[in-house]
Amino acid sequence: MSEAAATSVAPAEGVSGLLDDWTADKQAYHVPWGKAMMWIFLVSDTFIFTCFLTGYLNVRMTTTQPWPPQSDIFALSFGGAPIPLILIAIMTFVLITSSGTMALAVNYGYRKDKTKTIWLIIATAVFGATFVGMQAFEWSKLILEEGVRPWGNPFGAPQFGSVFFMVTGFHGLHVSAGVIYLLWVARRIWAGYYDKKGFEIVEIAGLYWHFVDLVWVFIFAFFYLL
Amino acid sequence: MASSETAGQQHPLGIYYKIWVLLFVVSAFSYAVDYFDVQGAMRWTLVIVFMLVKAGFIIAIFMHAFWERLALCLTILGPPGVLLLLIGFMAVEGNYTEGARFEFMGHDRDAVALTPAEYHASQAEDHGEEGVAADAH
Repeated sequence: MSEAAATSVAPAEGVSGLLDDWTADKQAYHVPWGKAMMWIFLVSDTFIFTCFLTGYLNVRMTTTQPWPPQSDIFALSFGGAPIPLILIAIMTFVLITSSGTMALAVNYGYRKDKTKTIWLIIATAVFGATFVGMQAFEWSKLILEEGVRPWGNPFGAPQFGSVFFMVTGFHGLHVSAGVIYLLWVARRIWAGYYDKKGFEIVEIAGLYWHFVDLVWVFIFAFFYLL
Repeated sequence: MASSETAGQQHPLGIYYKIWVLLFVVSAFSYAVDYFDVQGAMRWTLVIVFMLVKAGFIIAIFMHAFWERLALCLTILGPPGVLLLLIGFMAVEGNYTEGARFEFMGHDRDAVALTPAEYHASQAEDHGEEGVAADAH
């Protein structure tokens, strides 16, 4: 700012010095600060999920017991013969659909079309809730009918259960939190909170939501397909 | 459509629809790999290629990384890139541990996993001998 002329003043010490250093007029990212912060958060979240998936890689390689056949375990029968992995495929399509509605919400947000933005965000949240519901179904089926536990299962390597509950549980937690976050944002848009501030918030919430979809892409590939 | 100031990421709707359809199609391909029971190196190649295609389009288009400035892109993609090193190390270490367990701890190399159908069938047999459940057919 304009106090740049006063260069002879020594920088403040202690807490106010800390605040000065981090809030001074130095800008690396030419985006709204909320968006930069969301990206930083997502990078840290990437590390968490990568640690989980790398842990999975390691236990799956080191275990000498055979890995349970995911394709059969996650099969579902609609009256006829069981269709392999069908529940997970439907969950994947539900999440992609929600990603699409979110992308449109961001676009209509920047066009300042509040009605469409709100309804698209609500649609995204509904698809997200559907995903979590299907996951709850999947968990109860595995726990109650198949007897899968974090410490063992009837089919093969016991690590299967611990990885499954940890990785899909943490992802499901992200989806659930995302649903709440989206509904909160939709409510604030409806209340007119962003009319003057601008609608970057929709893009920031969208980043989080797309990230959750992105993580599922990797879980789908590494845990369910390979 | 009052796109007065070009603040933020404003792009034509068409590109979102195209990417949306593309994600559906590639996911269907991924699922087809399992449905048609493709195995071995082909399975790994197809699944990982489809995964990377999907991840790339989500990051580039839906998350707008394609249009962001380089400073932000490097902040986002640089640090996670280092994780490839961790993955590589853990793969080497895991491989060694597994080898040691087979070699020195006498673990069975030929153990086979059960499918749920096989497991339930074996359970039914056990129970049948005790005459417990009427789950024969």
